Amino acid sequence: MVHTGIGNFGHLLIIISFITSLMAAYGYFKATNNNEIGNSPWIKFGRVLFVIHGLSIIGVVATLFSMIFNNYFEYHYVWSHASKNLPNHFIIASFWEGQEGSFLLWLFWNALLGFVIVKTNKKWEAPVMTVFAVVQAFLASMILGVVFGDLKIGSSPFLLLRDVISDPVFLINPDFVPKDGTGLNPLLQNYWMVIHPPMTFLGFACTLIPFSYCIAGLWTGQYKEWVRPALPWTIFGAMILGTAIIMGGYWAYETLNFGGYWNWDPVENAVYVPWLIMVASIHTMITFKKSATALKTSIVLVITVFILILYSTFLTRSGILGNASVHSFTDLGLSGQLLIYLLFFLAASIFFAARVWKNIPSSEKEASTYSREFWIFIGALTLCLMAFQVIIPTSFPVFNKIIEMFGGLSTLAQPADQIEFYSKWQLWFAVAIALLSGTGQFFFWKKMDKEKLVSALTFPVLISLLLSAAIFVIAKVTDPTYILILVAGMYSVVANGKILFELLKSRSYTLIGGSIAHMGIAMMLIGIMFSEGYSKTISVNTLLISKEWTEEQNQTNIPLFLNEPTFMERFQITYKNELMQVNGIPGYVRKSNLEDTEDPYYKVAKQQLKVENTVYAETGDTVYVQSPENFYYQVDYKDMENGKEFTLYPRIQVNPQMGDVLSPDIKKLAGRDIYSYVSVKPYLEKDIEWGEKEEIEVKVGERFFVNDYVADFSGLERIEDVSYANLGPDDVAVRANITVFAESGEKYIAQPIFIIQNGQVGKQPDVIKEIASKITIESINPDTGSVTLGLNTTQKDFIIIKAIEKPHINVLWIGTLVMIAGFIIATRRRYIEFVKMRDKGVE
Amino acid sequence: MKKSSIIGIVVIAIAIAIIISTQSNASSYVSFGEAKEMANNGSNKKIHVVGELKKNEMGQVVDVYPSDNKLTVSFVMVDDNNVEQTVFYNEPMPSDFLRSEKVVVIGGYQNDRFVADKILLKCPSKYEETAL
Repeated sequence: MVHTGIGNFGHLLIIISFITSLMAAYGYFKATNNNEIGNSPWIKFGRVLFVIHGLSIIGVVATLFSMIFNNYFEYHYVWSHASKNLPNHFIIASFWEGQEGSFLLWLFWNALLGFVIVKTNKKWEAPVMTVFAVVQAFLASMILGVVFGDLKIGSSPFLLLRDVISDPVFLINPDFVPKDGTGLNPLLQNYWMVIHPPMTFLGFACTLIPFSYCIAGLWTGQYKEWVRPALPWTIFGAMILGTAIIMGGYWAYETLNFGGYWNWDPVENAVYVPWLIMVASIHTMITFKKSATALKTSIVLVITVFILILYSTFLTRSGILGNASVHSFTDLGLSGQLLIYLLFFLAASIFFAARVWKNIPSSEKEASTYSREFWIFIGALTLCLMAFQVIIPTSFPVFNKIIEMFGGLSTLAQPADQIEFYSKWQLWFAVAIALLSGTGQFFFWKKMDKEKLVSALTFPVLISLLLSAAIFVIAKVTDPTYILILVAGMYSVVANGKILFELLKSRSYTLIGGSIAHMGIAMMLIGIMFSEGYSKTISVNTLLISKEWTEEQNQTNIPLFLNEPTFMERFQITYKNELMQVNGIPGYVRKSNLEDTEDPYYKVAKQQLKVENTVYAETGDTVYVQSPENFYYQVDYKDMENGKEFTLYPRIQVNPQMGDVLSPDIKKLAGRDIYSYVSVKPYLEKDIEWGEKEEIEVKVGERFFVNDYVADFSGLERIEDVSYANLGPDDVAVRANITVFAESGEKYIAQPIFIIQNGQVGKQPDVIKEIASKITIESINPDTGSVTLGLNTTQKDFIIIKAIEKPHINVLWIGTLVMIAGFIIATRRRYIEFVKMRDKGVE
Repeated sequence: MKKSSIIGIVVIAIAIAIIISTQSNASSYVSFGEAKEMANNGSNKKIHVVGELKKNEMGQVVDVYPSDNKLTVSFVMVDDNNVEQTVFYNEPMPSDFLRSEKVVVIGGYQNDRFVADKILLKCPSKYEETAL
C-alpha cells in the first residue's frame, strides 16, 4: 500500500518551516530596526514564528524517521537509503546518507541553537535571530521541493518513488511498492556513520552563532560588544568541528587502506580550512578582549569562517568537484540555489561591514614585539596562511569553471601526489604554530620585556631540548626535518606545561583551557610526525608474487598459504580461516561452514556451529547474516621476542556500489600500531583454475584421500529441494555427505549434489577452499552400492597481505583528547564570563 | 620600516611562494596527444586523462586484458579527442570497472607505455540508484 498521507504531511511541514522562517526574519528585522528588546510586539511575533519554524523542522525530522523505520519503500529517499536488513543504529544513519537528510540535520541543529539563543540572550535576540531566520529560510529552501513552471526549488525527501523513477512497472501498477530498499552503502555501515555526520553538522551550525553576533553588532552599531557573547560559542564550535574532523580521520584509518587518516581530499579540506580560520578568530577575539586591538581582524575572520562553510557546502553538494573527489554528494541540481546562498551571505556581510567600517575602533599604535597581541596576531596570520595554502588547490575545479564561463580553457587538476604536496607545506606551518603557541602563552599572562622573556623561556627551552635529545636517541630520529618538528612539539608541550603548572599552583583552574589545548595540538604534531614519518612496511618479502607487479609491490606484500606459518619481521604469522559474521553468534564463523541459499542474507549451517562449548546452530539450521558482503581473514600473530600472541581479522567488503573495499585490522601495541590488510582480493570460486579430474569409486563408510587429506564418505541423502532448480514430482536430488579431516583436528564438510531432472543428470560439485579441492558426484552405482566421485585439486588457498607499523600513533589520538578537553574548559570559562556580564545588565 | 610593513611583506612573500608551488605541483587534465608531447619534451609530470573504455558497435566494452593471475590489467581507453591508447595499471582491475561511465587515469608515459598510478571511476550507480 502506498502511504501518501505521511509524505504530504512531511512536505507540508517543510513548507510551513520555510514560510515561518521568512516571517520570523521579518518580525525580528522590524524589532531590530525599532531597537526593541525584551517582550515587545515584533520580538514576540518573531519569537513565536521561529518557535513554530523550529517545531516544524523537528516534525519533518520525526516524519522522515518514522517513514524510514516503517520501511515505506514507496518513497524514493527511504528506498534509496534504507533497507530491511539494517540494524537500528544504521537505520538512524541512513537518515543522513543523502543530501536532503543532511540538510535536515543542519536545519535541526540550527533550530535547536536558535532556541538556546532565544532562551539565554534577550538583549541580542532580535538582530541575531534575524540572521538565524534568514539562514534557516535558505536551508529550508534546499529541501522545499516546489516547482514553478521550469523552476525547481529544492529537493524534497518526501517524493514518491514513482514520481522520481520512470519504470514500466509503475504503468502496470502505480501502487507498486518495492519489497526492500537499496540500503545504506555497506562502506558507510560503520558506527562512525552514526556519530560523525551529526557532529560535523553541529560544528557547521555553531559557526552561525558568532557570525550572527558579528553581523548583529555591525548592524546595530555595537562594534565591540558582540565579541563577549560570541566567544564561548566560537570556542565550542571549534571544539565540535575539530572533533568531527578527527573522527572522520579515525574512521578512514580504520576502514580504508591508504595507510593513513588524512588524504587531503577536497571534501576533507573543505572542512579543515574553516576550522583553521575559526581557531584564528578565537585568538584575535581573545586579544581584543584583553587589549582592544584586532577588532577588525576578528570581524573579518568570523565572517570568513561562515562564508567558508557555505563555500564548502557549495563544493561538496553542487557536483562541481566531479572527478576531483572520492566522496562528494551526488548532484541534485541545486548548484544554482547553493551559489545564491553563498553569494547572498557574502554580499550581505560585505555590505554590513563596509557600511560602518570607518566607525569601527582600531588602535593606531603598533603592538610591541614583547606584547601578547603581537605574537597572537602572528599566530593567527600563520593559521590563515595554512588555510590559504589548502584552499587554493582545493578550488581548482571552481577556477576551471569560472575560466570556462569566460570562454577560456583551464585544465588544472589536484597535484598527483596530493598527500606529499600538502603535508610539505602544512608541516612547516605546524612547526611555526608549535613555537608560537609555546612562546605566546608567556606573553599572555605577564607583561614582558627582553630580560624577563629570556628568563621565562630558558627553563622550557632547556627541558624540551633535553627531552627531545633523549627521544632522538631512543627512537633513533635522525632526519633533520623530523628533529625540528619534534623539538618544536616538545617545546610547546613543555612551555605550555609550565604555564599549566603555574596556573594550577595559583588555583586558577578556570584559566587552564588554553595551555591544555596547546599541549594537545603539540602532541598531535609529534604523533603525526612519528606515525607518518616513521611508518614502516613490515610485510617485507623476497619471493616474486607476480611478474606484472612492480618491484616495490613484490617486495612489500607477503603471500600467506593457509595454515603455513610465515615469518614477518619479528612475528610468526599464519593465515587460519576465511570467515563471516553471523547474527547471534559471537565472533566469526568459518565461511566454508555456511551454505548459500537463494537469499544472500540467510545461510545454512553445514555443521554444528559452536563457540566455547555453546552451540549456536545445529547442522542444517538456517542462520541470518546481516552483512553478507563482508569477509574476514583470520591471521594469527606470534611475537617471537616475547611469545605474545594476537589475531587480526582484516576485512574485504564486496561492495557493488563502491567496488571492493579492503579494510585493515589494527592491533594497538604499546608504542605502535600494527596495521594490516589483505591487499589483493582472493580468488573467487569461479576464477579458480582446477587441475585434472581424478575419479574414484567409494562405498558408504569407506575412507579415501582428497588432496592427501583423509576423507570419510558417510552416505547419500535424498533432499527435497535445491536452490537453483525447480524439482518436479518425478525428479530426484541426492546429496553425498563427506567429512574431510585436516590439520590440527579441523573438520570440513563437503556436500556435492546429484540431480536427475526430466531424465537429465545435473551435477553440483562442492568446493572446499581450505583443502583446495572440488568434489563432484559423477555417478551413482546402485548395483555395487557405491558412488563415483570426481576430485579436482588446485593451488592451496592463500591471501596476500600488507602490514605496516605505525609508531606512536596513539600520541596523536591522546593529543586530540587533550585538545578537546582544553577547548571545553575554555568554553566554560568564556561562557561564565558572558553570563556574569549579562546578569549585571551590561550585555 | 614599520613592523607591520615587514610582516606584510613576509606574508605576501609566503603567499606568492604558495601560489608558485601550487602551480608547479598542480597536475592537469590533458588528452593522450598532449600527454605524449609533454613526455617527449622530457616532462615526467603526472597528468590526468579523462576518457571512456573502448566499446564495440554493440556498446560492449572490449580490449580489457587482466593478466593471467589477475593482479594487473591493461586496457584500451578512448580520450575526449577519440584517441585510443593502451593503459597499463599495476593493480588488480577495480571492480565496477567495466560498468564505469567515465574513467580518469592519473599517470604518464614511461618509455612509450602509458602507465596509470591511479584510476578514478565515475559509475552511474556510485551513490544513488536511478533504476529499479
